[in-house]
Amino acid sequence: MVELEKISANIRYTLCDVSSKTSTPHLGSCLSCTDILSTLYWQVLNVEPQQPKSKDRDYFLLGKGHAASALYTTLAYRGYFPIEDLYQHGSDGSQFEEHPGIHAPAGVETVSGSLGHALSLASGMALSAKVQGLSNRFYVLMGDGEINEGTVWEAAMFAPAKQLNNLVAIVDFNKLQGTGESCEIMHLEPLDEKWRAFGWHTIRVNGHDHQALIEAFDAAQVQQQPVCIIADTIKGKGISFMENDNNWHYRIPTVDEVMMAKEELGLK
Amino acid sequence: MRNAFAAKLTELASNDDSIMLFYADIGNRLFNNLKEVAPTRTINAGIAEANMASMASGAAMMGHKPFIYTITPFTTARNFEQIKIDIAYQNQPVIIVGTGSGLSYANLGPTHHSFEDIALMRALPNMNIVCPADADELAILMPQLIALNAPCYFRIGKKNEPKVHSTLPALKFGQAYVMNPGKSVAILANGTIMPVAQQLHQELLQHGIEAELVSFHTVKPLDSTYLSNAASRFEHLITLEEHNVNGGFGSAVLEYYNEQCMAVNVHRFGIPDRFIDQVSSQHTARIKAGLDIDTIVNTLKSRQVL
Repeated sequence: MVELEKISANIRYTLCDVSSKTSTPHLGSCLSCTDILSTLYWQVLNVEPQQPKSKDRDYFLLGKGHAASALYTTLAYRGYFPIEDLYQHGSDGSQFEEHPGIHAPAGVETVSGSLGHALSLASGMALSAKVQGLSNRFYVLMGDGEINEGTVWEAAMFAPAKQLNNLVAIVDFNKLQGTGESCEIMHLEPLDEKWRAFGWHTIRVNGHDHQALIEAFDAAQVQQQPVCIIADTIKGKGISFMENDNNWHYRIPTVDEVMMAKEELGLK
Repeated sequence: MRNAFAAKLTELASNDDSIMLFYADIGNRLFNNLKEVAPTRTINAGIAEANMASMASGAAMMGHKPFIYTITPFTTARNFEQIKIDIAYQNQPVIIVGTGSGLSYANLGPTHHSFEDIALMRALPNMNIVCPADADELAILMPQLIALNAPCYFRIGKKNEPKVHSTLPALKFGQAYVMNPGKSVAILANGTIMPVAQQLHQELLQHGIEAELVSFHTVKPLDSTYLSNAASRFEHLITLEEHNVNGGFGSAVLEYYNEQCMAVNVHRFGIPDRFIDQVSSQHTARIKAGLDIDTIVNTLKSRQVL
């Protein structure tokens, strides 16, 4: 796990640096899902960065498209493209749009940005794969704000009805959405019981504990129904002055703040 | 027309393993034959049209050629944003089928009417729009839409639409089909309003006008070759559609001529910009909307076309 922690720390630092240099918002949203992404891309997904379109790959779909930077940075560290490319974020003609578009770099499977699409897309993919007898698996990361969207619950009712056990949903449950506390804006809890009642094999874990995440993803492999992992996370995780401060949904760090973050992350 | 859709889909799906149908819990027994030949590819997606549209896109990304099917407002307006992002922007070959379009379900009220669907779909890049006039047109055009391998909106009627062609027409996607060649006036009809267009054609004959009658089934891409020639061939063009007169087929024709700086007399007939309710049938709804032969003829007389 030391390696995954190191990778996550580097990703977190690059997220802050890219945000600062390119004025990319949603840092808090990116930091809360960093450990989930590093676990997926280093320990779970069957992917080959040099062959991003290989037919037998597993698919990762980012539902919370505003955390695009977290996905781009993870893909860069995983070897899909050079880390330096990330600094093109948001510039004219860049593949790295604030929300992933159709020109997004290798490894980004679908367009994202409008919330509540990814679980439906992945349900269709998972169904299609089953009909064709394919062994691909499909992973969807959603925010706790994103699951306000009604379509999420349409898909949540559909996937178990078709026993889509090649589908894994992960909720980055950081308790803060755009402008307030997720559990005050909508009645979310008990979130794991909710998904269970919808027919999903549901596992609730600490979304920053790599070992716990690995065990949850391992357990997800052997179910007869789709799996939902409720990952309890902290918005802004890893950088003390960003943690649980919702200003960092939009705020851009200064150069000094990036240096403070680097120090807190134990990087030189 | 929906029976023809189910029959044609069954035929096509039995020869092509990639064809898949998602339907939103309508059409009791309509797809029984399809279920026989393609049980794993006939999917009742539940009354969840937005999820259905995105799922179809996901299935297309994995190599299927999906259709989504339900009553028009629920498969165009209810799930519009899913169509915009997951089908149009991501350019996936999903065929969106709206059944009972326009005033087909007149007596079910405005919840089941669709006068805005063509306008919505026209505004989406990558989207093709085809509106067959009857079951024959549907069956001839459907395989061509699959061959497009692109997003497509297929606007169909309900059931028992009158047969409008005496022999099977050689329709081609994207090309206006001339049913009766004529001169001075052309009647361009889009979709299931065709029987009214045929009535109008007869009416004009009685006034000594041998009008050209055209099945203009494809709204997008618009047949610019036909329209360009029509500008010099005819004094008046009459467009007919069971859609809001603004934003649909007639508007597309006007916009084409405007872009080409061509001055053409275009007379648009469609549903006026208001909701049509308290009606018992498609026939009375058309009268209430002014989309009946008498109102059309009177309007044309007032404009000195007749």
